[in-house]
Amino acid sequence: MATSAKEGTRSTMARRMTSLPVLFTVLAVLIFVFYQFVLGRLVQPVQDFFGGWFPLTAVNQCIIWATLAVGLNIVVGYAGLLDLGYVAFWAIGGYVAAWIMSPFFTQWQINIFGTAPPGLEAGIHVNFWLVLPIGAAFCALWGVIIGAPTLRLKSDYLALVTLGFGEIIPEVFRNAGDINGFNLSNGTKGIDPLDPIPTGPFHLLGVPSTLGPFDNTYKFLVYGLLCAFAIFVSLRIRVGRLGRAWLAIREDELAASMMGVPLMRTKLAAYAVGAALGGIGGVAYATLTNGVSPDSFQFANSIILLAMVVLGGMGNVWGVLVGALILEWINSTGLAQFGSTFNNTFGTSVEFSSYNFLIFGSLLIIMMLFRREGLLPEARTRQVLQEPERGEIEAVGADLEGSTV
Amino acid sequence: MTLTQTPVEISESRPPLSRGALATRVLGLALLAALAVWILYSAVTKPTQFASAVVTGINNGALYALIALGYTLVYGIIELINFSHGDLFMLATIVAAFVIVTVFGVTSLSWWAAVVLLIGLVVTMSFAAGLNVAAERLAYRRLRRAPKLAPLITAVGLSFVYQFVGVTANGSAQKPWDTILGDTGFYIGDVKINWKTIVVIAVTVPLLLAMTWMVANTRQGKAMRATAQDQDAARLMGIDVDRTIAFTFGLGGALAGAAGVLFMQANGLTRWDAGFRLGLIAFTAAVLGGIGNLTGAVLGGFLIGVIENLNNSLGFGQEWGQTVIFTILIVLMVFKPEGILGKPTTEKV
Repeated sequence: MATSAKEGTRSTMARRMTSLPVLFTVLAVLIFVFYQFVLGRLVQPVQDFFGGWFPLTAVNQCIIWATLAVGLNIVVGYAGLLDLGYVAFWAIGGYVAAWIMSPFFTQWQINIFGTAPPGLEAGIHVNFWLVLPIGAAFCALWGVIIGAPTLRLKSDYLALVTLGFGEIIPEVFRNAGDINGFNLSNGTKGIDPLDPIPTGPFHLLGVPSTLGPFDNTYKFLVYGLLCAFAIFVSLRIRVGRLGRAWLAIREDELAASMMGVPLMRTKLAAYAVGAALGGIGGVAYATLTNGVSPDSFQFANSIILLAMVVLGGMGNVWGVLVGALILEWINSTGLAQFGSTFNNTFGTSVEFSSYNFLIFGSLLIIMMLFRREGLLPEARTRQVLQEPERGEIEAVGADLEGSTV
Repeated sequence: MTLTQTPVEISESRPPLSRGALATRVLGLALLAALAVWILYSAVTKPTQFASAVVTGINNGALYALIALGYTLVYGIIELINFSHGDLFMLATIVAAFVIVTVFGVTSLSWWAAVVLLIGLVVTMSFAAGLNVAAERLAYRRLRRAPKLAPLITAVGLSFVYQFVGVTANGSAQKPWDTILGDTGFYIGDVKINWKTIVVIAVTVPLLLAMTWMVANTRQGKAMRATAQDQDAARLMGIDVDRTIAFTFGLGGALAGAAGVLFMQANGLTRWDAGFRLGLIAFTAAVLGGIGNLTGAVLGGFLIGVIENLNNSLGFGQEWGQTVIFTILIVLMVFKPEGILGKPTTEKV
């Protein structure tokens, strides 16, 4: 009975692992087809509705935030390491993209399959599809550099160190406009514009050969693909040896190390993988906004990402995805649209978008107080809760654990 | 004077240092020596600037110490980094400005101003203490047995809610206020010492002494120390653990309230995001002194204040201020996580 149940979960898990990213990709393609081909043929009110409530820039933002949240989920949800400075990796990824696919470094002229727009050939131009792995690797390197000395600390200290790191990195970019005469980051002005995204062989199918700032529908497909990749990676690692080691560490560090899980190496791996996905998200975000500026990497972004992970259900990729899409949509368009509709209907002038701090803050508190496992809790958590055969003493212990004194 | 002290670490004998630990220690000492050499060098080459930086540093350090105590008290008793503490302080600055300037209209020096300052202190301290106790009662108490991530995330959420209140009450730009003492001061040699610095010290030091005395000598203080050591044992000894923890939150909140009044009077401004920066600096101060250690928090506060101002006027400049402070935090975590006065614990798995 017990073994068959176990095998059952394993096979469903394996099926899920491959089927869900595919499902996600199919959904993304359907949304793309809708925006590219269908929406333009619909009646004007419907077009206005989608233009107001679901504009493509917002949809693209949502999907990039979702990629980042899936990356953070590896660190926080899988390995149980609270990271309050995830925005640092986002920033590093963004700046890597800005450095090597823009005309910024005019003193050099390097082109590696690059797509420099005419007139802007100076600088380093690397193909977008090469920048992605470079950005990911660079971020992973930084994840290891910051993680190696600090991961042996207790969890709450780690949170503070990561927070400090998340504050230092944007400040470095803000101040590094002139390091002994060398302009590393262009200071507060930031770096723009970035090279367009090349589409390679697909331009034979009628797709534009490069995707500039205004090709939002095609870009959506690119970002959707990246998000699907992030989902696939996290699901894939989750069922493997490394993923199980992460969960073991999350649930009981001491027991895990007694069972032979190398703590430092496993935690570092979580950090590096999370950072790499953050880097991919950063590169994507830089191409979406067509530039980077140090002020867009605020501490609040780290917290909003954390809220996404917590709301969706720590450890469950699909929960995190839903949480991220909902929260970022509320943040970017939902709240403002709701506010203007509300104000138009009732003749009021309430500034709804100023309430997002209150919404995110109380969301975190309420979730922690009443539904700590998130909206879509991970199957494992649910399983543990529904476990039928449990020793009497264990049950008593669990009851004591749950009771509030 | 410390809150946390587990019997394990007393009976433990020191294992011999491994090569890695030795290398870490040597590197840490080298960094410390480099810092000391730089401070000495700047003291010798630019004595006036150095002295005024130290004076400003002590002024700011007093505020950091008051806030850091709130972190260290709460951490000492329930091992929670109360992330919202900095924003509690920020709300206190707004309340202080409201009471002193808006309600009483006091913007210049008179005997009445001293009375109002005292009233402002009392009101703000009770406000911050009450708010902190309420937060403990409504949120943290329910999460005391939950995994550690839960109360920490709750604290982060609470800090967002406080910031929302701050933005709503104060606006998104910083608000300037007239202060009682303004920029008046006196000179010792070439170094100007503001009267407000004297007031800050005159308020901070008695508060710190009173609190230290209370924790060391009163029944309530004894209950706090007992609860910090072992909650269950304390309960068995007839200590009301819930009340003691609430009291600790209240105490930390009151100190943050006092810091709020002093900040508002010393800097003449309130801003909604002041709490984030100062809270982090104060936390660094608490870690520097050894978290859970009351004397350490005060020492760390003054040290960080002085280092920050030395950096502003003689070092890399103000725009690198956060980087310097967080680098200190990270370096400290790597080389000496227990802080200057803390004792190494066995818990750092």
